[in-house]
Amino acid sequence: MIDWSHHLIIAPILLPLMAAALLLFIDERQRVAKAMISLGSTLLLAAVSLVLFRIESGPNGFDGVYLLGNWAAPFGIVLVLDGLSALMLLLTAVLAIAALVYSLARWHAVGAHFHTMFQLLLMGLNGAFLTGDLFNLFVFFEVMLAASYGLLLHGSGPLRVKAGMHYIAVNLAAALLFLIGVSLIYGTAGTLNMADLAARIPQIEPDRRMLMEAGAGVLGIAFLIKAGMWPLCFWLPTAYSAASAPVAGIFAILSKLGIYIILRLTMLLFGDGPSAGFGSSVLLYGGMATLIFGTIGVLASQALGRLAGFSVLVSSGTLLMVLGINDGAISSGALLYLVSSTLTISAFFMLIELVERGQDAGAHVLAVTMEAYGDAEEDEPEEGDGVTMPGTMAILGTCFAACGLLLSGLPPLSGFVAKFAMLSAMMGTGAIGVPPTAAVWVLIILVILSGVAALISMTRAGIRTFWSSIEGTVPRVLVIEIVPVMFLLALTLVLTVRAEPAMQYMDATIRTLSNPTIYIDAVRNTAVVESPDAGIIGDGKGD
Amino acid sequence: MEIILSIAIGVMTSCGVWLILRPRTYQVIIGLSLLSYAVNLFIFGVGGVKTNVPPILSDDVAISALADPVPQALVLTAIVIGFATTALFLVVLLASRGLTGTDHVDGRSDPK
Repeated sequence: MIDWSHHLIIAPILLPLMAAALLLFIDERQRVAKAMISLGSTLLLAAVSLVLFRIESGPNGFDGVYLLGNWAAPFGIVLVLDGLSALMLLLTAVLAIAALVYSLARWHAVGAHFHTMFQLLLMGLNGAFLTGDLFNLFVFFEVMLAASYGLLLHGSGPLRVKAGMHYIAVNLAAALLFLIGVSLIYGTAGTLNMADLAARIPQIEPDRRMLMEAGAGVLGIAFLIKAGMWPLCFWLPTAYSAASAPVAGIFAILSKLGIYIILRLTMLLFGDGPSAGFGSSVLLYGGMATLIFGTIGVLASQALGRLAGFSVLVSSGTLLMVLGINDGAISSGALLYLVSSTLTISAFFMLIELVERGQDAGAHVLAVTMEAYGDAEEDEPEEGDGVTMPGTMAILGTCFAACGLLLSGLPPLSGFVAKFAMLSAMMGTGAIGVPPTAAVWVLIILVILSGVAALISMTRAGIRTFWSSIEGTVPRVLVIEIVPVMFLLALTLVLTVRAEPAMQYMDATIRTLSNPTIYIDAVRNTAVVESPDAGIIGDGKGD
Repeated sequence: MEIILSIAIGVMTSCGVWLILRPRTYQVIIGLSLLSYAVNLFIFGVGGVKTNVPPILSDDVAISALADPVPQALVLTAIVIGFATTALFLVVLLASRGLTGTDHVDGRSDPK
């Protein structure tokens, strides 16, 4: 049972950890060596994620439980690989490659320890996607956050420091809420293992159940802050638009981490039993409010960075609403939407910096708005050496148009397929054929309106940037910078062409998630490995 | 004992919440520290408040006469992580102070 592929489960955590540790020993002046180690680790990580994804999408089904230190499940910490976590691992690795290659043009050289923090961010993300234990989740969450604090400040400047300070303060407070929630759950249920917790929740007495639900609610707030649910999201557009382009590119997955955990915990803990449906109305109405706020923000944004920041909120709001409805067919459409919108927003953040280069910083932004959000003056990093892209404006314009199509959900790219899958499932509401309720109608209208708003804003921004700039100098764009953007956009095209297998995978994932006993049994029935001298713990992995 | 502990947690939490809503960065960091102390005590408290009992299982002691070791382990981790993030936040405060010349959380100068 323990063969090499089983040990691969821990590789997405060990690989970046070792790479980060190794990078610390190398002097900052040896940029090429650092970049190569970081790139090598990320490429290897992508290969591992792809192998895990293929194993998970194969016929074998659910066998990805890894007992850390060979302790049986409720006592030791487990890593669990299922369809959802394999998907998120692959998505993270894809974004990481794009952001890292992009940063090699110049951004990685503007401050110290970029690659170390980047690897640690990947480690935290992968750990959070894989862990099957609430407290372990907190630890990986903190690793990810600590690295993201450093990355947000990468490049320095007053704007980043100010946005970073707000970001850190909000997330420190969220971490404290996380701890309160976790300890309340431990105090009432007596376990922190997610599978064990799911099995124990139906047996909690009513007087303790209230405390447990309070704990779950407090815990949920911490993730909703990360996902950016209104009114917990005011930090997000400022922080994301202040971050340097490759950092914002990888940050696109951070808000999806919040969504991932909420999806995982609501499906696992509150699927059925006496606490079924706990918090779903909060998710539904909070998601609606987030979507409305994000849509208004998208319409009102003058700077492209803030437009992208509010697009993150639109995406989060849509996903939260769908989680609130909690219907199988809609959820699998939403998973496709999650993948598609994360790729889009990441590509968009990186594209913005290229488009705005060569323009006067903030020339299009009203002076009042500039004052409200601080000075945009910053030390631009020196231009890197390398091959310049020919036909720059044509390629930038095409990529921008593709982002516009994806954000507004128009064919032929995957934004359309994903929204179509969600909307058609909402109209029919699953296989039962029940007509949609009032809440679902509101939801359909909001999703369509948000697409229209994105279309209007992107058209306006595109005309202003590409057609009406009079003294516009053509930005100097390197191949190494535009290729990652094109790579991500090409993936959305692949997602359209291969929409059927993609939807089948999402359907299978949601089916597994909506039957928590599969997860619970898999974790509880995984036996420890008997032979003590056979090298049980993941040695020889991850380098 | 429980009363004293809960009053201490409550006082620290309310002071912390008030302080993190203040406009000076120094007040914010003191507020966050107070909140993290309160949360650490809270984690410690959910295991049940017992005095003078060991958290280690041994054959001749009944389970009821033992303290729960898990919250103690959790609180250790939380303290370490809280320490690190507070130190990091301090650095950012100093950087902000250096760049803006004020310790206002939004970088504004003092209203005179």
